[in-house]
Amino acid sequence: MTRAVRPTSLADALAALAEPSAVAIAGATDLMVGEGLAEAPAVVDVLRLPELLGIRRTDTCFDIGAATSFSRIRGDLGLCDMFPILGQAAATVGGWQIQNRATLGGNIANASPAGDSLPVLLALDAELVIAGSGGERVLAYRDFHVGYRQTALEPGELIVRVRMPVPSPGVQRFKKVGTRAAQAISKVVVAFAAESSAGTLTAVRVAAGSVAATPVRLTETEALLTGARPSAGLADRAAACASSEVTPIDDIRSTAAYRRHVIGRVVRRMTLSVAGG
Amino acid sequence: MTDLVRMQVNGAAVEFDGDPRTRLLDVIRERLSLTGTKEGCGEGECGACAVLIDGEVVCSCLVPVFQVDGSDITTIESLAPPDALLPLQQTFVDAGGVQCGACTPGIVLTLHALFQREPRARRARVREALAGNLCRCTGYERILRAAEEHAARLRGDVS
Repeated sequence: MTRAVRPTSLADALAALAEPSAVAIAGATDLMVGEGLAEAPAVVDVLRLPELLGIRRTDTCFDIGAATSFSRIRGDLGLCDMFPILGQAAATVGGWQIQNRATLGGNIANASPAGDSLPVLLALDAELVIAGSGGERVLAYRDFHVGYRQTALEPGELIVRVRMPVPSPGVQRFKKVGTRAAQAISKVVVAFAAESSAGTLTAVRVAAGSVAATPVRLTETEALLTGARPSAGLADRAAACASSEVTPIDDIRSTAAYRRHVIGRVVRRMTLSVAGG
Repeated sequence: MTDLVRMQVNGAAVEFDGDPRTRLLDVIRERLSLTGTKEGCGEGECGACAVLIDGEVVCSCLVPVFQVDGSDITTIESLAPPDALLPLQQTFVDAGGVQCGACTPGIVLTLHALFQREPRARRARVREALAGNLCRCTGYERILRAAEEHAARLRGDVS
């Protein structure tokens, strides 16, 4: 019989997760689909851990508890004012019933290449605070996904908080392309962030999901856009670059060819939309 | 270790002893015989199994029961007394918002949760709140019309 525990402190949760093959669950909106928990000898609920709850603002960052639901993220006006694309991504995660359960930390740990919030975290240079039996460590989110559904989490470790550095004023864009407007898993999801001075883009971040084995930064597209002035010509070149640097596959939701085409169109439109911004 | 799960369902104390991963949906339907909560997809896509956990609308097919220990669960059965309807439910009947009815409990519970928070919710907000509730009969129009009529009454725009 599977053991299930509901610890009320991070220390107790880490002790429970020290058992080999113990599975941490939060909103469980992915793990409860199919046989996700069928083989788990022990299940550890992290929804009640105070260390994983709440959204705090410091001078330099927003610090979001990993067990914060997407509904809470959408409802935090200060957070969504600073990171509008995070609020937009949260609003595309399933429907209301899912957003009430699904958590930001769960989206990260679940490590689907299609996770809606993940390109946003890449584009905004998020950091993860990860706890284990040896204490806490901070990892750039960019270094978290090491392969298809493979993460940098060591056995027994838990994502505790997500830190979003307060950005310089700039532009942010988000687009999810799915089969329908609501309640779809993405075919392509793109997040864009940049600063703009005198019409020139700097600090450009373009990140995408469902176009590779992990959520990825489009570094060649970023290099092409950095220091450039948005124009129709630049937008076309960025589109071609984005289409060529991703490595999508054919799967149940879409085809590689469609994904290459669409990511180019999305990047083109985003580039045009920040002209003069 | 198989701790008893204790919860309130529609105001009554309930205990569950069994596999902690059992879906809340199965506890509600099979153990408690509250069959107003429906199973559609079983994957969190359709909203037919919606219930309220501590006032928040969720898909009960995705909730392992041990996570609701200590929680208050509200199912469709508790919205109105037996053989009576809430004004929201009556509006659905009057507007033709019900056909086969499999999606209706989830939709009504979701709208109930919405209007409790946002009595002034308009059509765009209603559509967003219902994005996770699939209906294969109505084409949604009469559901939305029912919700709008109810909202108009809440606002006092019509009698």
